[in-house]
Amino acid sequence: MTTQIQQQPERVRPEPIKAVPVRHPGRWVTAVVVVVLSAMFVHLLLTNKHFEWSFIFSDSGQGQPGVMFLRPVLDGLVGTIELTITSMLIGVALGVVIAIMRLSPNRILAGAAWVYTWVFRAIPRLVLAILFGNLGILWARIGFGLPFGKQIGALFGMHDFSGQIFSIKASELLTGFVAGMLALGLSEAAYMAEIVRAGIQSIDVGQSEAASALGLSRGQVLRRIVLPQAMRVIVPPTGNETIAMVKDTSLVAYVPVGRELFFQLSAVGTRTFQVLPVLVGACLWYLILCSVLMIGQYFVERHFGRGYGTGGRARRRLRDLSVESSGRIVLTDGNGKEPAL
Amino acid sequence: MTGAVDSDIRDDTGTARPEMVRAENVHKSFGHLDVLKGIDLVVGTGEVSVVIGPSGSGKSTFLRCVNHLEKINSGRIFVDGDLIGYRQHGDKLHELREKEVAAQRRSIGMVFQRFNLFPHMTALANVMEAPCRVKRQSKAQARERAVALLERVGLSDKVSNYPGQLSGGQQQRVAIARALAMEPKLMLFDEPTSALDPELVGEVLDVMKDLARDGMTMIVVTHEIGFAREVGDSLIFMDGGVVVESGAPREVLADPKHDRTKAFLAKVL
Repeated sequence: MTTQIQQQPERVRPEPIKAVPVRHPGRWVTAVVVVVLSAMFVHLLLTNKHFEWSFIFSDSGQGQPGVMFLRPVLDGLVGTIELTITSMLIGVALGVVIAIMRLSPNRILAGAAWVYTWVFRAIPRLVLAILFGNLGILWARIGFGLPFGKQIGALFGMHDFSGQIFSIKASELLTGFVAGMLALGLSEAAYMAEIVRAGIQSIDVGQSEAASALGLSRGQVLRRIVLPQAMRVIVPPTGNETIAMVKDTSLVAYVPVGRELFFQLSAVGTRTFQVLPVLVGACLWYLILCSVLMIGQYFVERHFGRGYGTGGRARRRLRDLSVESSGRIVLTDGNGKEPAL
Repeated sequence: MTGAVDSDIRDDTGTARPEMVRAENVHKSFGHLDVLKGIDLVVGTGEVSVVIGPSGSGKSTFLRCVNHLEKINSGRIFVDGDLIGYRQHGDKLHELREKEVAAQRRSIGMVFQRFNLFPHMTALANVMEAPCRVKRQSKAQARERAVALLERVGLSDKVSNYPGQLSGGQQQRVAIARALAMEPKLMLFDEPTSALDPELVGEVLDVMKDLARDGMTMIVVTHEIGFAREVGDSLIFMDGGVVVESGAPREVLADPKHDRTKAFLAKVL
């Protein structure tokens, strides 16, 4: 068999294909239904006077601003934000530690991590919050020292020996806010540990092998190579957890903690008998908080997604890629204009 | 040349070369599976040893034992006179601490079949990482050297690209530059071209030939018989966890002594 290289005259490009696109009547019907339902919902929001929009936004009586912007409510909002941030910080930091322990070759460390996750995932957050608020009943003082310190002391005949390195009164340490923060943070750590573990395990073993073959220490391999890559897997569920945490902060009302958004809003509701507008106000605040978090998550994901599939730039390029009717592919700058290359 | 431990190592001019790698009766098993059943091997300084053999013959495992990515079950491996992975006190062996193992690995570069570049770092950052973190070189110094190394492997225009934006051949060349950045005494290549499109194999082999010409000591596990013939100082044929035959590449390839070697070469040549 011989191959021939044919020298052809330049061929004429055939007509670009202009085909009738497939029709999707089902999609159109669905779209119409959705539009009608949305219109009905907006109608409900605008015409039902029981929503008391002015009470929510502008005037909650006695010359006060709308219920969303009352002094104590705003204070509660700040409390909710603080609680979310601190308990997520505890959750993430402790979660990373527990995940690493769980993956340790040392059975005791791995076992301890497993037990932690087991306990804190099993107990509902609400129960945990109430429990932490009442820890003062269990111990008058909370301190750090030898386990069985007093018993050890008694064994050696030292009855004033307690083995305590430091201790403070439980009621001082576990003020409502700290108790709520610990309850939420410790519970979160159990979930974060599983997320971080999944992230670490998703990274190819070849990565840590290549890094240790270069002479990097185990710690450096984890910090520089494995965790930054695992973040791609860790961030999206962590965003989920953060958003869930914003809402779970409302549980600390049972610790009890007063400086919290929902507690403050419902207090206003009870006082003014305006239950529904207050609930709507709460929904709106939580919506706003979560929207801000989702924007933050977008940027964090973009940061840790660098180097993968050529990242967001490629996606933007694809979106701006338009096929002209001549079949020539041009890049537009989003306004339909060809950018100067 | 290479092969029997007792043989003199002499280069083409007949002068003795100091040995870089010495493996004595190395055994390795995974559970009940014996992968290496007594490997004896000497590689002289500046020598290029090419290891060939069917899959499952233990070539890659042996290579991974040389830099202690796998712990051997018995025998000894020395690199430049240092016992790998252990310290000998009398007749007792003590495992080296993690830091000491890392220190040994610094002088042994390794190139993997699947490149294993760090995907979250640019080509430049991949090459700079180890000099910065392990050798504590300044950023500027490491960068200067990394740029030079990337230029050497022909990638000066890909410095700020992420691995995902590079072809397989380019990635493997970055991986070689990354290993060279630690200025190793020994380079291990674990099937460096097996994951590449046929068209891209050449560019990686060229870089390796260039390294060999510069006198780098190399152990290369590969299926590229042409490379073995052209660049190798010695050829080692492994099967079933033992060295079946070894010697000068041209001799082994032209006139294999062992039936197993003949059968293997008949299939790959």
